[in-house]
Amino acid sequence: MGQAELLGLTMATETATREPEFEVHHRESLGLRIQHVLHGNPVLGPLAVLIVAIILFSIVNTRFFSAANLSLVLAQVTVIATLALGQTLIILTAGIDLSAGAIAVFSSILMANFATKLGVPGWLALIMGLLCGTAMGAFNGFLVTTLRLPPFIVTLGTLTMFFSLNAVVSKSETVRGSDMPDLMTWTGTTIPIGGFRLTYGSIIMLLLFAYFYYALTWTAWGKHVYATGDDVEAARLAGIRTDHVLFSVYTVAGLLYAIGGWILIGRLASASPNVGTEYNLDSITAVVLGGTSLFGGRGGVIGTLIGALIVGVFRNGLQLAGVEVVWQGFAIGLLVLVAVSLDQWIRKVKT
Amino acid sequence: MTAATTVTVTPVIQAKGLTKRYGRVTAIESGDLELYPREILAVIGDNGAGKSSLIKALSGALIPDSGEIYLDGKQVHFHNPMEARAAGIETVYQTLAVAPGLDIADNLFLGREERRPGPLGSVFRMLDRRHMRSEAKRHMSELGIGTLQNIGQAVESLSGGQRQAVAVARAAAFGSKLVILDEPTAALGVKEGNRVLQLIRDVRDRGLPVILISHNMPHVFEVADRIQIMRLGRRAAVITSKSHSMSEAVAIMTGAAAPPPLVA
Repeated sequence: MGQAELLGLTMATETATREPEFEVHHRESLGLRIQHVLHGNPVLGPLAVLIVAIILFSIVNTRFFSAANLSLVLAQVTVIATLALGQTLIILTAGIDLSAGAIAVFSSILMANFATKLGVPGWLALIMGLLCGTAMGAFNGFLVTTLRLPPFIVTLGTLTMFFSLNAVVSKSETVRGSDMPDLMTWTGTTIPIGGFRLTYGSIIMLLLFAYFYYALTWTAWGKHVYATGDDVEAARLAGIRTDHVLFSVYTVAGLLYAIGGWILIGRLASASPNVGTEYNLDSITAVVLGGTSLFGGRGGVIGTLIGALIVGVFRNGLQLAGVEVVWQGFAIGLLVLVAVSLDQWIRKVKT
Repeated sequence: MTAATTVTVTPVIQAKGLTKRYGRVTAIESGDLELYPREILAVIGDNGAGKSSLIKALSGALIPDSGEIYLDGKQVHFHNPMEARAAGIETVYQTLAVAPGLDIADNLFLGREERRPGPLGSVFRMLDRRHMRSEAKRHMSELGIGTLQNIGQAVESLSGGQRQAVAVARAAAFGSKLVILDEPTAALGVKEGNRVLQLIRDVRDRGLPVILISHNMPHVFEVADRIQIMRLGRRAAVITSKSHSMSEAVAIMTGAAAPPPLVA
């Protein structure tokens, strides 16, 4: 009787008493349960923060919770939210885009100048401006995928390049809204919807969020974005063309930034090369506050919308409470630290 | 089931004289392999013996300098792993290639997602999530992995053995010719390792032959129908758990003992 037979006999008895396969039971503490719930629903944390913030600011100043003020908050965050939408796609792939604001502002200057200096009709100037933004995003995507440069470095470089080109093309001049075709400033027009006053820009922003929520959740492309950010090698081995996914994400983001630039023109009723210096970091802040992880593969656009709203609610609420502008920035910065620490803790979910 | 030794059974996959050199280093030198239907073939050998290179050639991850590969008797040339996959060869890599943040159903269909029929699928590119979920459940339960708590569970919340089960189930679901497993029990404890071995037997019993690379001799001797020993880039011997003991196999691997004459 050889060893193999002995082993065979041992195996036979084990498989005869086959227990339920692969079941794992834990008795979990409350902290672990919260961790698991937040891990499964990354939107819950930011949503709770938003609701608590709205309640607190409404208590401090009852004017906060009026339809007029809430409409104002939405208008104030629309550009950031649009930029943050593109930023979300990139951060989901474990990348980052420091050139978001630069592309947005440069696109706005380009479309304004196409219309005024080159005399191009409004609709064409808009399309050309959007195409320019898309091309800038594609340029980022090309550098990241083909030259395999880290996104942080790439977009740090392109940020400076686009900013300089912006100054050259605009000659540092602001184009007035009254000089531009109506289509350029159309996004700033408001319409009343049930007591609120929404701008067309905000409506466009909300529609974009709805579309990308669908794309990320219900299409193969969306799954591939998450997989690429989660584990790019695993995604590649599973047959996903990760380079295509990455390139598409940066290019689409470029288009979104350009739309943000168009909405910005409507908001300011002008196209200025000097604005938007804080938009780069604000777009990243909104994404982070919304629970999307900077390490990729976790989070989504709903969280980003909530994150942008949190920034808007805090800025607006603190202002109504009489807090100076400098402390508003401090509060946002503190929020970011809390959000990132929370993300780290949630990531530590044990099996 | 032991492999048939009559010449009338065509091997599912056959490698003849595969050679791969990297400069002065020879990875495989006239490497051979036959895999017959309904069997588990283990490929073992010391580090550098050529087993990984031989398997990579079969899965399309390595293009040999010379030699032929026959799939069901027809010669094939794989230029990349996707071509091998398209031909029906599924490979489970040591790293498993699962996306931890996505759920089990998403991972099963990763890279091969199914869309809804009609315009919803073609125009809106909408995924048929419900169908993929039920298919995932079906595949898992057919392999006896039915009691995972929730098919919508993120893969990272699963244990090592459960993740391995998902990866193997994916290969078994889509493989039509054979499945290659690279060190499937390497990172697992005793209990989960045994469960994966049973899973591998179930895959074979359901009609998909398996090629298995493993350093775990007890597991190899437990589950393999035939064992191919690689040494110095060549096939040194093909034995079974009944014809040789583990220590004899190790001796052939290291060259301490002369290999038995090949009876393919």
